Amino acid sequence: MDIIKVNGLTKKFKDFTAVDRISFAVPAGEIFAFLGPNGAGKSTTIKMLTTLLRPTEGKIELNGFDTVRQSAEVRHSFSIVFQDPSLDDELTAFENMEFHGVLYGLDKTLRRQRIKELLAFVELTDRQSSLVKTFSGGMKRRLEIARGLLHHPKILFLDEPTLGLDPQTRNHMWSYLQTLNQREGITVFFTTHYMEEAQRVARRIAIIDHGKIVASGTSEELTKKTSTATLEEAFLSLTGHVIRDEEVGHLDHMRMRRRAWTGRR
Amino acid sequence: MKTIYILWLRQIKRYARSKSRLVGSLAQPLLFLLALGYGFGPVFQKAGQGDYLEFLAPGIIGMTIIFTSIFSGMELIWDRQFGFLKETMAAPVSRLNIMIGRTLGGATVATLQGLIVFIIAMIAGFRPLNYWQIPAAVLIMLGIAVLFTALGTAIASQLEDMQGFQLIINFLVMPLFFLSGALFPLQGLPSGLAVVTKLDPLSYGIDALRILLINVGTFGLWPDVTVLVVVTVAFVALGSYFFSKIQI
Repeated sequence: MDIIKVNGLTKKFKDFTAVDRISFAVPAGEIFAFLGPNGAGKSTTIKMLTTLLRPTEGKIELNGFDTVRQSAEVRHSFSIVFQDPSLDDELTAFENMEFHGVLYGLDKTLRRQRIKELLAFVELTDRQSSLVKTFSGGMKRRLEIARGLLHHPKILFLDEPTLGLDPQTRNHMWSYLQTLNQREGITVFFTTHYMEEAQRVARRIAIIDHGKIVASGTSEELTKKTSTATLEEAFLSLTGHVIRDEEVGHLDHMRMRRRAWTGRR
Repeated sequence: MKTIYILWLRQIKRYARSKSRLVGSLAQPLLFLLALGYGFGPVFQKAGQGDYLEFLAPGIIGMTIIFTSIFSGMELIWDRQFGFLKETMAAPVSRLNIMIGRTLGGATVATLQGLIVFIIAMIAGFRPLNYWQIPAAVLIMLGIAVLFTALGTAIASQLEDMQGFQLIINFLVMPLFFLSGALFPLQGLPSGLAVVTKLDPLSYGIDALRILLINVGTFGLWPDVTVLVVVTVAFVALGSYFFSKIQI
């Protein structure tokens, strides 16, 4: 059964088409990677998939629910870990989890038990009463994954989940996600720039460029199609070797400001 | 609603945990109170207006509230990109409840700040004439706080980064404060200035505080309360509307 069904998805901003009639499907229990150069439309797509942005045209169905017309039911079915951490720095790890649990309507006993289990799963039990501002980037990521799993989502969306993390943390993270995928059949949909990871972890991959899906399939299919040896080479052959200079947006300014205010970590 | 409660609780916890921010934000009101209160005291007294410190204290309480409220409304800009707010956007909760929780939380924090300034003013020599009207005064403080937190939310919902923040503080909040009668009596003002003070919602809030605490007022308590209620409802509606339109 396809747990993510996207049909003719389009997003237009005034005169710019960010996402141009893309269609794809992800069967339940698959690990699926969504790759693309900067400005290709990945973030816009993921925002539409997670009900944060309304499509201009097209239909998205997650776990059998239409994201536009049944957004409340849809939101119980998935979780998203954003590129920038969305934790509250001045609350403890436990409190962050607790708040999420309340937002998703979990009752107290179940909530507390789940929090305990998940903190143990991501190996953060001994830091549950520490303020999140004392956490490293990797620890924050792990906490976000744990938090996202609290309400038993069927799908986990991750936007550049290992960006900026050291190899040990990256390895750990993928092993958590693979364990979850194998043990509980959670579908994982992620975007990344780290090709070896996509190749190693994802079963199927879709490459998006200029708002359109350029190619999709397993890593072997893509490398065969482009007559290259690695996914990275296949990607570059499909999307070109030219550097795409992006326009600096407000988000980049915010990120710089954030680094200035919170210091290196 | 549990959502409203936890969003409220979150603001309180954040406030209580940042000792340095708490103390730092009291420095300016304290400075104003002491420097202006004692500085202009003799002049005010000589002009036959009485005790300036007594006159000033409600104004400074109002100052604390407006600044704290607007700041917490504006925190939204940061929160929605790097904070907890972003995660609430993808959660199965209504935006309205999120906005109400945040607004009430921010307003409670601003009111607490106002109360701390009240206590500091009393230590500096301020004596309210009617102690039993203090609960009513606290309600007015809360009203002012909700009004300006909602305004801050409405503005912040439209801004995409912190650049606009400085403009808002200098061109909106400062004038609202300085032209509200916080620092000077509203009688006998030149007509241009008088009109502006009548348009400022904070004027009515501070006037109400003065009436309740020191029996001195210009507009009358019921007109003050009416204006506060009407403007608060309008700003909350405005804030909710813009908040619901936020796109991450």
